Amino acid sequence: MTHELTLAAILLGIIHSGIRLATPYLYAAVGETFAQRSGVLNLGVEGIMLMGAFFGFLTVFRTGNLWLGLAAAAGAGVLMGLIMSVVSITFQAEQGISGIGLYMFGLGMSNLLFKSMLGTVEGVQGFSELRFCVTDSFCLADVPVLGDIFFSHSLLTYGAFLLVPLAAWVLNKTTWGLKIRSVGQNPEAADSLGVNVAGVRYAAVTLGAALAGIAGASLSISLLNIYQENMTNGMGFIAVALVYFGSWRPYGVLVGALLFSVVNALQLWVQVLNLNIPSDVAVMMPYVLTILALALPFRRQLQPAALTKPFSRGES
Amino acid sequence: MMTEQHLLPSGLPRIERVQMQGIVKRFPGVLANDRIDFDVGAGEIHALLGENGAGKSTLMKVLYGLYQPDEGQVLLDGKPIEVHSPTDSIDYGISMIHQHFMLVQNITVAENVALGLRSTREPRLDLDVVSARIRELSAKYGLQVDPQAVISKLAVGERQRVEIIKALYRGAALLILDEPTAVLTPQEVEDVFVIFRQMAAEGHALIFISHKLDEIFALTDRVTVLRDGRVVGTRLTSEVTKKELANMMVGREVSLERYRPPVEVGEARLRLHHVNAVNEDNHPILKEVSFEVRSGEIVGVAGVSGNGQKPLAECIAGLQRVQSGQLYLEGRELTNLSPAAMFKAGLSYIPEERMHDGVIKDFSVAENMILQDYIHPPFSRGIFLNFRYIAEHAQKLISDFNVKTPSRETPVKNLSGGNIQKLILARELARRPRLLIAAQPTRGVDIGATEYIHAQLLEQRGQGLATLLISEDLDEIKALSDRIIVLFNGEIMGIVDNDEVTVQELGLMMAGERRAPVI
Repeated sequence: MTHELTLAAILLGIIHSGIRLATPYLYAAVGETFAQRSGVLNLGVEGIMLMGAFFGFLTVFRTGNLWLGLAAAAGAGVLMGLIMSVVSITFQAEQGISGIGLYMFGLGMSNLLFKSMLGTVEGVQGFSELRFCVTDSFCLADVPVLGDIFFSHSLLTYGAFLLVPLAAWVLNKTTWGLKIRSVGQNPEAADSLGVNVAGVRYAAVTLGAALAGIAGASLSISLLNIYQENMTNGMGFIAVALVYFGSWRPYGVLVGALLFSVVNALQLWVQVLNLNIPSDVAVMMPYVLTILALALPFRRQLQPAALTKPFSRGES
Repeated sequence: MMTEQHLLPSGLPRIERVQMQGIVKRFPGVLANDRIDFDVGAGEIHALLGENGAGKSTLMKVLYGLYQPDEGQVLLDGKPIEVHSPTDSIDYGISMIHQHFMLVQNITVAENVALGLRSTREPRLDLDVVSARIRELSAKYGLQVDPQAVISKLAVGERQRVEIIKALYRGAALLILDEPTAVLTPQEVEDVFVIFRQMAAEGHALIFISHKLDEIFALTDRVTVLRDGRVVGTRLTSEVTKKELANMMVGREVSLERYRPPVEVGEARLRLHHVNAVNEDNHPILKEVSFEVRSGEIVGVAGVSGNGQKPLAECIAGLQRVQSGQLYLEGRELTNLSPAAMFKAGLSYIPEERMHDGVIKDFSVAENMILQDYIHPPFSRGIFLNFRYIAEHAQKLISDFNVKTPSRETPVKNLSGGNIQKLILARELARRPRLLIAAQPTRGVDIGATEYIHAQLLEQRGQGLATLLISEDLDEIKALSDRIIVLFNGEIMGIVDNDEVTVQELGLMMAGERRAPVI
């Protein structure tokens, strides 16, 4: 009996933390979906997340205003996105390389700023869990099972999940979304119909980068409420992989992000419970899963045809 | 206040006259347009004729706003206009159908049409409104198109109809057609011509770019000939002959006739015996193909694009796996050998995609001349290349085959299509082959170079070469072949003697009607 209860509690814990952990992946990967659908592979997501995490944290640490912190994180993302755009769209640099450059820049810059402006690891009061209280004494969060799964997350987590249908709607049902899809598939055709290819790409990359900034902030001012050097620890690269995993569709990205974060939560519990599995193997699991998923060949066919290809008029 | 006759049936104003005056466009090292005057009026189809590189597309890209002219002006109904981008030209009522399809593959017809237009429900798309209007236009012009169809699932002819719908949807008071028939079958060409004539009758102005003389005569009212970036002349189409236009285009006397002298046919060089092949999805692409090509004959392979021509050439060249059946070169079975082994056995191959399969674009002319044979003496000695011999060899071929290139060290990508094709022909013939496969040897090649390539093929035939000529240009097949194989869906519909078959009969076989094979 006790054993079964423990197991149920563990399962619930895995689901709860799976949903929580999906937050940064969702912001970053949905943002990257916009960039890639427009034809730009932005490998710098990790660096943008670090900058977003830092500026979001710094602003909240100094002012205590969470919304200002979120805006600062998005703003840092926008600046990073503009750098990526200038280099890869205007100057048509090799996207894989410029993205890595952007990552290195974000990593180094956030470390430097942290050392010079904060110096030590501090904590802030970040976005707290919403508890959906109906009355003073009754909150939806206290409902057994459902409360844990659905009604005890922070605002940023709900925002991340709402972002998925919103992104799908923008991409598939709006004129701007049609332009994004078209410049990523056949920029010459879009150009011949008067679509400003560079403009659409700038906007898509910059929007994606703003979301990557928020993804970083979701760590530093919502999930963990601290700032550490290199605190994203590869999440931005996983987010890029999730876009491939999700076949460049927001709902596909959602499936990938959940799968990844649940497996991640699972490995945390494997470590906590001290099962007879080496912790290194447990930590590896999500990454092995990513590699396996990316090896599926049929996914490639859905790739935007002009992904990584700069556009310039006049060359056939 | 506009009167009724100044409006098109769509309700948009007509463009009475567009004049381009003194247009100059320079690219680094090239004067693409040199003080060109050109005009077109409502109800008129004006042809722009010229060889590749004559400046036709450049001039039209200036009119459409894709390029900015260095000098000159464009007048629309007498008033100067500035066109900085396609957005501007579409606003003025100017549309363009490009040489290559400008369609986004993985989205629907309606989405392709709606791209770049304002929606009635911004920011949302209004695809139902767009689809309804597409159906209206389809009915009016007899253009069958399903607005919900995804482009990648459409056949080539259907895609061209989508391009026309796109233009009509935007009004297209002036429609620029840049070689719109390049990928269509003869029947499809006739269908789109009916639409173009209907548009002209309704008061649209049309500019028709082509280098096909027959089409100029079938469709247009006036014709302007360009050569080397300059206007050679403008004539009423009814008042010129084909020969005059060809001479204006090339700048010298050209022959449109081909003389195919009787030749002693020798032994079988190539023999295919019940060859079958499948594509990546395991669908059959060649079915029970059997034929021979003998010394001293040119065997033409006719068919609509995509009916097995490319796999046939690639099976023989060792690039496509033969699933069953045998392939013999001079009596030796060589089924499924590597391309290198086929070349060694005496095959030469002019591939269909010359830029992709025929040359390495960034390599020099001299390097491209030795792509197969660099490894053998005298081109190499041991592990070292013999640069002196390679240079002499290149120089000799450049002059023998009249390849126009600044030097033998010029990268091939800087040569014109016709000269690249001459380079490939030179390389392949210099190897003294026993069998030549020539796939689309003159596609996209200007009249002058075409004349030269045809003469070379006939010359080699006289010397006993066996040639398999694969072409989608029926005139070319008829002009050069001794016998003709017609392919349909990967199957041979018949093998006929050229002198005993008409173009109409070939057309029926190309559409799938079977003939009892003649040897």
